[in-house]
Amino acid sequence: MRNKISRVPVREQDPKLRASNFEEVCYGYNDEEAMLEASRCLGCKNPGCVKACPVSIQVPQFIYEVEQGNFAKAAGIIAADSSLPAVCGRVCPQESQCEGSCILGVKGEPVAIGKLERFVADRARKDGIKFTERLPSNGIKVAVVGSGPAGLACATDLAKMGYDVTIFEVLHEPGGVLQYGIPEFRLPKEEVVKYEINSVRDLGVKIETNVFVGRTVTVDNLLDKEGFKAVFIGSGAGLPKFMGIPGENLNGVVSANEFLTRSNLMRAFDPEYDTPIYVGKRVAVVGGGNVAMDAARTALRLGADVSIIYRRTEKELPARVEEVHHAKEEGITFHMLSNPVEIFGDEKGWVRSVKCQRMELGEPDQSGRRSPVPVEGSYFDLEVDVVIMSLGTSPNPLIASTTPGLNTNKYNCIVADEWGATSRAGVFAGGDAVTGAATVILAMGSGRAAAKKIDEYIKGLN
Amino acid sequence: MYKIVKKRFLTPTICLMDVDAPRMAKSAQPGQFLIVRTHDKGERIPLTVCDYNREEGTVTIVTQIVGASSRQICHLNEGDSFTDFAGPLGQPSEFIHMSDSDLAGKRYLFIAGGLGTAPVYPQVKYLHSRGVEVDVIIGAKSSSLLILENEMRSICRNLYICTDDGSYGEKGLVTDVMRKLASKGERYDMGVAIGPMIMMKFATITAKEIGLPLIVSLNTLMVDGTGMCGACRVTVGGKTKFACVDGPEFDAYLVDFDEAMRRQGMYRKIEEEADHKCKIGLN
Repeated sequence: MRNKISRVPVREQDPKLRASNFEEVCYGYNDEEAMLEASRCLGCKNPGCVKACPVSIQVPQFIYEVEQGNFAKAAGIIAADSSLPAVCGRVCPQESQCEGSCILGVKGEPVAIGKLERFVADRARKDGIKFTERLPSNGIKVAVVGSGPAGLACATDLAKMGYDVTIFEVLHEPGGVLQYGIPEFRLPKEEVVKYEINSVRDLGVKIETNVFVGRTVTVDNLLDKEGFKAVFIGSGAGLPKFMGIPGENLNGVVSANEFLTRSNLMRAFDPEYDTPIYVGKRVAVVGGGNVAMDAARTALRLGADVSIIYRRTEKELPARVEEVHHAKEEGITFHMLSNPVEIFGDEKGWVRSVKCQRMELGEPDQSGRRSPVPVEGSYFDLEVDVVIMSLGTSPNPLIASTTPGLNTNKYNCIVADEWGATSRAGVFAGGDAVTGAATVILAMGSGRAAAKKIDEYIKGLN
Repeated sequence: MYKIVKKRFLTPTICLMDVDAPRMAKSAQPGQFLIVRTHDKGERIPLTVCDYNREEGTVTIVTQIVGASSRQICHLNEGDSFTDFAGPLGQPSEFIHMSDSDLAGKRYLFIAGGLGTAPVYPQVKYLHSRGVEVDVIIGAKSSSLLILENEMRSICRNLYICTDDGSYGEKGLVTDVMRKLASKGERYDMGVAIGPMIMMKFATITAKEIGLPLIVSLNTLMVDGTGMCGACRVTVGGKTKFACVDGPEFDAYLVDFDEAMRRQGMYRKIEEEADHKCKIGLN
């Protein structure tokens, strides 16, 4: 019989304290807590958690090793399937994946798989344990476009198979959304992101920054002139959407991408860095996804009074439950069933207020969520000096438009099958560039699938 | 790292650098820009491409000291390196897609304001290499801010120079020269104006008066320069465009310059405060 205790709570930084710093919110488990939590796992013979994990981490096996205190062994089991465990343990939507399929969750609380994954990864890092096993080099070059989760996962698997992999990244720091999108207080950059990216480098993967594929070099040049046998495109979905309402180009209206890039990639929150960020006194964030929560909580930490405007109800919020919970704890106000219709400025063109219309829920739409319907004549004004638009992102059309024969759909997403094969032989794609904005782990899953297919493709060439 | 292989001051406040960047040198085109960082904690600073040497693998940039970041650039010396040098970014000028028969017999007028002479240079050089007749107006505040005069003279048909204070060339604004050329009966198929936003605004008004189709290159705020942030949004023909990926060149007649100027100033106050570090300890 397994240990029938309730889920071991994880220690967190006090909400009042953390509302004004950028240190990590969640402290994670210590050895005892992790071993205790691990003892709750039933070790199912046919585990739902593994099936629900996009990269198929052998969850019961690694949890068993944690329970036994064999932390290095647990890390080895995870490393076989994921190169970014300290990242995923922090940012995966476990409630809808591994933990959502945990049998314990039917009647009670699921095993804290995410927190255990994070514990194992953090522990291995502190103990200096690395997993650099790979097959001897076969000398065959493969190019990966984008150093976000999809590209890193694809590069990792290809390097382990012996390929000579170069990742091309347009920004000055590798990591993609891990670097520019997710804030320090949720995902520490120096300690976690850089470390895990260096682990990918330790496998022999080269990363060339400041290269904009489509401009600096084209996919065809990589294939025809630079000797790459295949190209994997994991360029993400970086283009921000706007609402198209009056006043959207006033000073003080920014995309969540801009706001977060300034704070995360450029580290504008740290006075030692040169890049400025304008926060204002009162901030409205429009949207209800993880990015909206990240932007809101960043603005709060920079000293603003922050509210979130969302057109549905709390039940429909696409953000992770934990992020919503943390945002509320920290003092962010939620205006549910509200939608901005116009932004007003002062005589100098700076944001003064945002006019919102009240909404109610109607029939379910294509996504299965009840769609918001405007309530006629019901408006309210919110006095703010900054509006952050967090309405989702779409892929940058540049690569497709500079790669003849590479098909895209009407959302600018590259058309690829479940293995990443595109309309062009030798060109593979995965992650948000294919699906539109999704999650870190789904991108990693597609990168791994493509690595397998690229290996088959290259072997078939001979 | 991207090494500065040559540096010279064109004026006491404007410097030209050839930077070792082989990939970019191979792919850069007239009309495009790039982004530099001078150190690990530095901003991403957009600069226009002034020239490129595909054989030697260098890209030329021209920088004027106006604030903290541009001062950091100009303080780098030959042998020093940029931490980052990314690009080329943005769409190349439209004429590079034009065939020889499309370009044959076409006449271009370039209108350069101050530092805008730097991005005008590769465009004129390119058209000159394809046998297109090009006239150039360079306007500067005074002779001490005039750059690339000789380089430009060697590749264009007529070079007209004006200064606000009359210290060199004609006394007056580029718009005065535009009107004068029009009244003399000079006709051009296309104009390209690059310079400060206010100069491009008035060049556009004048171009409309004299019936000159005009392209402008917008130097908006940017963070990533790859379409990610939207700091560079401009309204063109009533639609929101991103200067970094849809531009930087647009049909001048359609650009909302007043909005573009207002947006350009969004961080001015913060930057001025950052630039002015008090030496007597008041802050």
